[in-house]
Amino acid sequence: MSGMIIQGKTGDWEVICGLEIHCQILSKSKIFSGASTHYGSEVNENVSFIDAGMPGMLPTLNEECVSQAVKTGLGLNAKINNYSAFARKNYFYADLPQGYQITQFQYPIVGEGFVKIELENGETKDIGIERLHIEQDAGKSIHDISPTKSFIDLNRAGVGLMEIVTKPDFRSPEEAGAFLRKLRSIVRYLGTCDGNMDEGSMRCDVNVSVRKVGEDGFRTRNEMKNVNSVKFVMQAIEFEARRHVEVYESGGQIEQETRQFNPTTCTTKAMRKKEYAHDYRYFPEPDLPPLVLSDEYINNIKNDMVELPDAKKERFVKELGLTPYDASVICENKEVAEFFEKAASGHDAKKVANWLMGDFFAMLNEKKITLAESPISAENLGALVELVSKNVINGKTAKDVFAIMAATGEAPEKIVEEKGLKQVTDVGAIEKVVDEILANNQANVEAYKAGKTNLIGWFVGQVMKASQGKANPEVVNKLLKQKLG
Amino acid sequence: MSIDANTVKKIAFLSHLKIEDDKVAATQEEFNKILQWVDQLKEVDTDNVEPLVSVNNEHLRLRQDEVTEGNQAEAVLANAPVKEYGYFVVPKVVE
Repeated sequence: MSGMIIQGKTGDWEVICGLEIHCQILSKSKIFSGASTHYGSEVNENVSFIDAGMPGMLPTLNEECVSQAVKTGLGLNAKINNYSAFARKNYFYADLPQGYQITQFQYPIVGEGFVKIELENGETKDIGIERLHIEQDAGKSIHDISPTKSFIDLNRAGVGLMEIVTKPDFRSPEEAGAFLRKLRSIVRYLGTCDGNMDEGSMRCDVNVSVRKVGEDGFRTRNEMKNVNSVKFVMQAIEFEARRHVEVYESGGQIEQETRQFNPTTCTTKAMRKKEYAHDYRYFPEPDLPPLVLSDEYINNIKNDMVELPDAKKERFVKELGLTPYDASVICENKEVAEFFEKAASGHDAKKVANWLMGDFFAMLNEKKITLAESPISAENLGALVELVSKNVINGKTAKDVFAIMAATGEAPEKIVEEKGLKQVTDVGAIEKVVDEILANNQANVEAYKAGKTNLIGWFVGQVMKASQGKANPEVVNKLLKQKLG
Repeated sequence: MSIDANTVKKIAFLSHLKIEDDKVAATQEEFNKILQWVDQLKEVDTDNVEPLVSVNNEHLRLRQDEVTEGNQAEAVLANAPVKEYGYFVVPKVVE
């Protein structure tokens, strides 16, 4: 049971939450025009007359946006609709030059699906997807240049969006956070959205209500728009749920309204209520006939799908023997998973995972670099693990070799060869060192024989030091125990 | 179905249209004429008929994902009443 329970004065309350996520579709051109989607261009440079809402211009649908939406729908285990249609959502705002947004209403391109999330206690839960539809983004308004004027850049106007609506299945902030991370992982694996919440290419609206434990049905919800990080979404849910409980317990009622989350104070406040704000007067888009997709089209995309995080995780557990936890950490990020698979190829996968999640990630953090910038290649990380597995070097030497690899980017075999770090497994050679140590430390030998057996660690240390760390520790231990009797 | 004067005012507000008070009654009558005509259409039996989304009996044609337009900020802004630094400029709108 991962649900969050709020203990109120009148009893226990549970949290109900649903999310709506806008994902910018990765495509070269906009959804209904041939203007570029490039981010960071000069103001109003990527604007066609369609995007600017000029009279007489007709939209034409970008095939890439359609296939990206279908791909994402399949990634959400959802039903792809053979028939979908576009509608106009009417509202006036300065960065929406047409006076309406072309979207899908009654007939979305993707229907119901689900996403499996993993929770901290190891449990999993399926979160229902209500629908996914495609639509155009609005332009960008800048309000802080002048106290009396707003400045409008239409470069973003007309960029393709996928709006993903979940069922009200979340019962805690943690579940919502896990879902967002999973969704981001899925769209990044698929290459359908870059998933950057801080840059606004993935934006989240949060719907929250509460009800008494055991109560049926839902109470009135409030919506918080454009919450732009996983952490803020979790904080917004927690604050809003507690506020609802307080209102109900002090005898008040919750009114359906749009609220704004303030990340600095972690509180929400009502946005100015716009009269008739939700009356969008949708009607069928007359400029675009219905979108009909054949089963063959959908199946072609299905057959072309990349392996998704859940499937990869399962394979890593089953075939490579990773623990479910390690596998899910490695699979959250596609690039990490690919790096791991390359490194583990032909070597001990569990040991490679340990190195990757331990020393390797620590090294990236310390150097403040990304995986792509790593001086240590996947092949070289695998080779290092192999050297340990084959007893060419011991674990302690491996750490030293790793540090040199991180500094120079050289292959571990080369480092071991050049620095003469090969482990000594020749029993005769090690015995010679052991005998020397014992002969030079008679006092400790007597002490050991008199019962101070924990001196064994000290002897091992001395032998390792004398052999410059190259002696095989197991052989050293065995010999010492034999000789000290 | 018919609508009252308040609905006329509400629709005008949503559409950002200014209808003078002395024109409300005439507009209401025009609306109601259209609605009467729609009521007449409703007499046709449409049970088991899917709603018609488009009168073009044609499926949507798709465009290849290529950048074919843009780099025309001057032309896009040509009719803007106010422009500064390459932006459209409007009276301040803050939610």
